[in-house]
Amino acid sequence: MSQGSVAGERLPAAVLTVDRRRARRRAAWRRRGLVLLFLSPWLVGFTLFFAYPLVTSAYLSFNHYDLLSPPRWVGWANYHYLFREDPQVWTAVKNTLWLIVVLVPLQVLFAFGLAVMVTRAKMGVGVFRTVFYLPALAPPVAATLGFVYILNPVTGPVNVILSHLGIQGPLWFQDPHWSKPSLVGLGLWGVGTVMVIFLAAVLDVPRQLYESSELDGAGAWARLRWVTLPTISPVLLFAVVLGVIQALQYFTQAYVAAGVASGQASQAADVTSVSLGYPLDSTLFYPVLLYQHGFTDFQMGYASAMAMLLLGVSFAVTLVIIVNSRKWVHYGGATR
Amino acid sequence: MRRMRWAAVLACVVVVGASSAAGSDAAPAAPTKLTIWVGWSARELGVFKQVVAEYDKNNPNVTVNVVGSINDNKIVAAIRAGTAPDVVSSFNSYNVGTYCGSGGWINLAPLMAQSHISASMFPPATRYYTQYNGVRCALPLLADTYGLYYNKDLFAKAGIKSPPKTMSELAADAKKLTVRSSSGKISVAGFDPFIGFYENTPERWITSFGGKWQDAKGNAILAQDPAWSKWLNWHKSLVDWYGYSNLVKFQAGLGDEFSASNAFEAGKLAMNFDGEWRVAFIQAEHPNLNYATAPMPVDDAHPELYGQGYINGTIIGIPKGGKNQAAAWDLVKYLTTNSHALAELSNGLRNVPTTTASGRSPEIKPDVHFSTFIKIFNNMHSTTSPITAAGVSYTNLVQQFATKWQAGQVKNLQAGLTQLDKQLDALVNQAKGPGVP
Repeated sequence: MSQGSVAGERLPAAVLTVDRRRARRRAAWRRRGLVLLFLSPWLVGFTLFFAYPLVTSAYLSFNHYDLLSPPRWVGWANYHYLFREDPQVWTAVKNTLWLIVVLVPLQVLFAFGLAVMVTRAKMGVGVFRTVFYLPALAPPVAATLGFVYILNPVTGPVNVILSHLGIQGPLWFQDPHWSKPSLVGLGLWGVGTVMVIFLAAVLDVPRQLYESSELDGAGAWARLRWVTLPTISPVLLFAVVLGVIQALQYFTQAYVAAGVASGQASQAADVTSVSLGYPLDSTLFYPVLLYQHGFTDFQMGYASAMAMLLLGVSFAVTLVIIVNSRKWVHYGGATR
Repeated sequence: MRRMRWAAVLACVVVVGASSAAGSDAAPAAPTKLTIWVGWSARELGVFKQVVAEYDKNNPNVTVNVVGSINDNKIVAAIRAGTAPDVVSSFNSYNVGTYCGSGGWINLAPLMAQSHISASMFPPATRYYTQYNGVRCALPLLADTYGLYYNKDLFAKAGIKSPPKTMSELAADAKKLTVRSSSGKISVAGFDPFIGFYENTPERWITSFGGKWQDAKGNAILAQDPAWSKWLNWHKSLVDWYGYSNLVKFQAGLGDEFSASNAFEAGKLAMNFDGEWRVAFIQAEHPNLNYATAPMPVDDAHPELYGQGYINGTIIGIPKGGKNQAAAWDLVKYLTTNSHALAELSNGLRNVPTTTASGRSPEIKPDVHFSTFIKIFNNMHSTTSPITAAGVSYTNLVQQFATKWQAGQVKNLQAGLTQLDKQLDALVNQAKGPGVP
């Protein structure tokens, strides 16, 4: 039995136990307070910039809200218009799906391919890495303006060179069949950040794995398939998830390209709502339509409903990819 | 000596009277700083600032700060944030439904009544696009009308003596004036009808066919009014004559609309559909261009429409929550109803003055090119597009349909227009919200 004394008096064991418990509790609260203190910057940011806007957006999606008068409850009316009546929403969905299906795999393949090539270079490795990474530093607006200029069907250097070679170049950003591929070209040009991540992952593959596989008679393809890819699969997963989320949020490049190519704006800031999606709604991606409804038509309630749908779809798509990734992503050599 | 004293008193009375006439009845006694946001920029902003400077001079207690390059996004954001200026102006009369319907811009009717100003001093079209559902939250600050600009040298070269008056003549002249290279590439277009190019929008075209937008209940009737299909068919036939891709390619090589390399100014277009402001741009950028202006040609079956045109324009109002509403109203009143101010603005910007009186003001500098647009503005058949709760998205939706039609993506025009009517009605209902008539 543990005992103690205070001021020469012996205290009952029960009192001592209670004191210890209190002391432990106080220490625990102090720890919690400390944790909370360290967490507070994130908590404040999360509450102000994520939780509050999310809850507000969810609430506004059930309101008629024109930004100037108070929100008015309309129940499911915004969702009804979204799923049943909006003449542009399915075009925007299809265009966005196109990006996910075409741009994301191409970006991942291109970035991975570049990373592998750079690791194989015998000379000027630093130069290659820098050259391939540099476009990622260009601001999206400037890069898009540059691409629209370069791909101008009449005055752009690409078509000028093609015409010297006897090839009639396409109308690029002016043609609904070529506008999305032109944006894909822009996306591939700026793939440097993902390439650097792949590069780090590829360089991190243990050499002995390659040596062992070579001893087993594995060729270049077999080494890539059975050594490199499984080892870097978590990075692949990261690149795919990141690419899909970026495709679902694709806005700046489409907004600028449509405005400038349509001739309605000489600068990004001048883009008018009528040029969004130019040409012929081929660059009308879901976030562009959301922006149009929210910020040029001033229907923030409806735009919030669109945002809620986008959130749900983003979550679902990411979940599907992550669940599916269990079959092909290996962490530390083990399937997870 | 006594006579001199009386003369001095009389002179003081005259000076005070003159200054109050030049100033205004509601100008604040205490020093007031006002801020006004306008859409104009560069040269045009300078013209507007000069007129405001005159107001400043006549109202010593008021200092007005003019901020240019403002669009509707900035206006709405500022009203929401409670940082809106005292007076705002927008190029976009389409959005008046948003401003009046929401109370974002205050109702000017009580202030107008107080100042004994009747809306009847503004012509009907401008009266219409500055109110929504009976709430007048805006006043017109110069109007835009649209007509035909044609290059007289190119006309002479092609042996054309006068501007086209009907759509058949327009198409024939456009073909005659078009110059193609040996490869078939358009080097000079007689006329570019492409929807979306420069000022080519459905609402500006349909007035030439006398097309109606809505029935008495406000439902879209584009499928029911044959004017729409007539215009769209005429339009497509001319686009097809050029070749859709050829026109797109031609446009890709043209200069920016609001620059000195504008295609008409640069001689790449023999005729162009444009607003009255182009007169000032040409004067500033290409004063030696040999051109003339005329009303837009009209449907062959409706020659009586010749002389009309589409009207819209700049609107001005007072955002809610302003601290200096009395002073703000005085400035708005001066800019929108004072014939001298309107004449000065019109002379500088070559926009159409928006009161009946200012249209006849002897201060308006005569200009043979510009007078065409004043006539269009005063033509009884001139009209504007519907003001709805959906704002600019209403006409945008029609434009999207028209661009698909010209690209050959709409197979059945009548079915497409019927579908468009439904979409327009749904759009307006959505913008109003359920339960609002």
